[in-house]
Amino acid sequence: MMKLLTSLFVGLTLLSAPVYAQSGPLRLELTEGIIEPMPFAVPSFVPDSPAAAQYATDISRVVAADLTGTGLFREISSDAFISRVSSFEAPVQFADWKAINAQALVTGAVNVSGKRLTVRFRIWDVFSGQELGNGLQFAGTTDGWRRMAHKVADQVYSRITGEGGYFDSRVAFVSESGPKDQRRKRLAIMDYDGANVQYLTDSAAIVLAPRFSPTGDRLLYTSYESGRPRIYVLDVGRVKRQELKTQDGTMSFSPRFSPDGRSIVYSLIQGGNTDLWKMDLASGQSVRLTNTPAIETAPSYSPDGTQIVFESDRSGTPQLYIMPANGGEATRISFGQGRYGTPVWSPRGDLIAFTKQNKGRFHIGVMRTDGSEERLLTASFLDEGPTWSPNGRVIMFSRETQGASGRSSLYSVDISGRNLRPVRTPDGGSDPAWGPLQN
Amino acid sequence: MNVLSKFAALGALMLIAACSNNDPSALGGGAGGSGAIQPGSPSDPRSPAYFQQTVGDRVLFAVDQSTLSPQAQTVLQGQAEWLLANTDYTATIEGHADEQGTREYNLALGARRANAAREYLISRGVAGNRIQTISYGKERPIEICSTEECYSKNRRAVTVLTGSTLG
Repeated sequence: MMKLLTSLFVGLTLLSAPVYAQSGPLRLELTEGIIEPMPFAVPSFVPDSPAAAQYATDISRVVAADLTGTGLFREISSDAFISRVSSFEAPVQFADWKAINAQALVTGAVNVSGKRLTVRFRIWDVFSGQELGNGLQFAGTTDGWRRMAHKVADQVYSRITGEGGYFDSRVAFVSESGPKDQRRKRLAIMDYDGANVQYLTDSAAIVLAPRFSPTGDRLLYTSYESGRPRIYVLDVGRVKRQELKTQDGTMSFSPRFSPDGRSIVYSLIQGGNTDLWKMDLASGQSVRLTNTPAIETAPSYSPDGTQIVFESDRSGTPQLYIMPANGGEATRISFGQGRYGTPVWSPRGDLIAFTKQNKGRFHIGVMRTDGSEERLLTASFLDEGPTWSPNGRVIMFSRETQGASGRSSLYSVDISGRNLRPVRTPDGGSDPAWGPLQN
Repeated sequence: MNVLSKFAALGALMLIAACSNNDPSALGGGAGGSGAIQPGSPSDPRSPAYFQQTVGDRVLFAVDQSTLSPQAQTVLQGQAEWLLANTDYTATIEGHADEQGTREYNLALGARRANAAREYLISRGVAGNRIQTISYGKERPIEICSTEECYSKNRRAVTVLTGSTLG
């Protein structure tokens, strides 16, 4: 696994250079309906030496793919370029980029020294002819080149939209192969764009629904490796797992970290009844949070850790409820037609994503935390299990196709409901969990 | 459930009822003849194969439900009688759901179904410590089409025998 030698942001231009990001005309407001993607150009980054040539090309391609993948930007093909950028320091020929209607321009250079790789880049507002913010450089190892590309793209995205990026992040998921009645499942982790897939378990036991710790170093998941569903925590770096002991003879599943990473909330089945419990990770002690004859599962903490949204069928059908993080009276928030499940609190705290089943179709949707302004983003035979991008702008989920040859795969969609895209994985995929931005 | 499958279930029920009228152990002991019954074969009333095929090892549930239908209760009555007569065996009841539902909810629903079957067996005299439950949610369908015909077979609780004689 690659590690950044340093993640310091080093200003290339001197500190006296003004920052235009917040006031310049080059700005996408994501709160409004963006219909027309912003045209941009990423000419191949300039290699400092022949050893850097392939990295320079590849990094600029990944930067462009990240931006295009948002649906908010449209790349102008290099076939249309009038200017060639052969030096990172040479003045930009703005007229040439204006002529092909590139509103944003990203230029960069790549240096390779042994296994050390350095990327420098600048973002230009073509129509004002000015730099958008300061140039930056990232340094790391050559095998971590994709992460540096994602960091460049995160900078471009956040300077133009004013929102945090999400490209330098990872997704844990369940890799699936084989037919429906003999499906093999393995826990896996990958970059957000499907690159660098790494398997974390073999397919000997069913594994379900991983969730990242707040810092991304651990995963919680459910496995049948002991013969019955139990909760495990896995150290991602060392790929070492450990069972989190719950009461003997019970089944436990649906574990999620609290925002401070010190405790988990999970479902425990006793005598056929499923309730929510909370475990302090230091002591291993669990306390009960719900106590009803109904099914209570799929919990998710609010980002401030004070509340938990969860799914319960206490009204007769599965619906969404919010209760205080230590248990107590729960308030129902879903009132539309159909069945609601798998609520996930957005990292911004303002929305709850969910799965909805209505009239034989499944939907991924979002609603405000009081249940108002419900919007369905997708519709298919079986969509489920939404997870939020670190900036709360994109939702990834799994979609299973119908019938005997049905297959599960991962998709992402913007919270506006636009830009539905498959996320490519080597085999089938389900239960994605989007991790935090990496350092 | 459509009318056809209701009739099919009724047919199975009558067959099971006919079998459960006889004491399985008496049947096993009394069927002398010249080796007509191979021990362990489906015709041996003390065999797991007999339990699986003749008594019936599974009960089915309606959409989202874990209540036991009259047919399911009859099958479980037969299972209870068999377990009471064959005390070497213990059982694990596996609860399952069809694919219409979210993964974690269905895991909980499968547990409810397995428990409903377990409670019934206990109510008929089987010791609770002989019956474990596990839920597979929607992870282990036996039928893979995406129609009610398959779904109805996947919404099930299956009683799997364990015990020293099975290794």
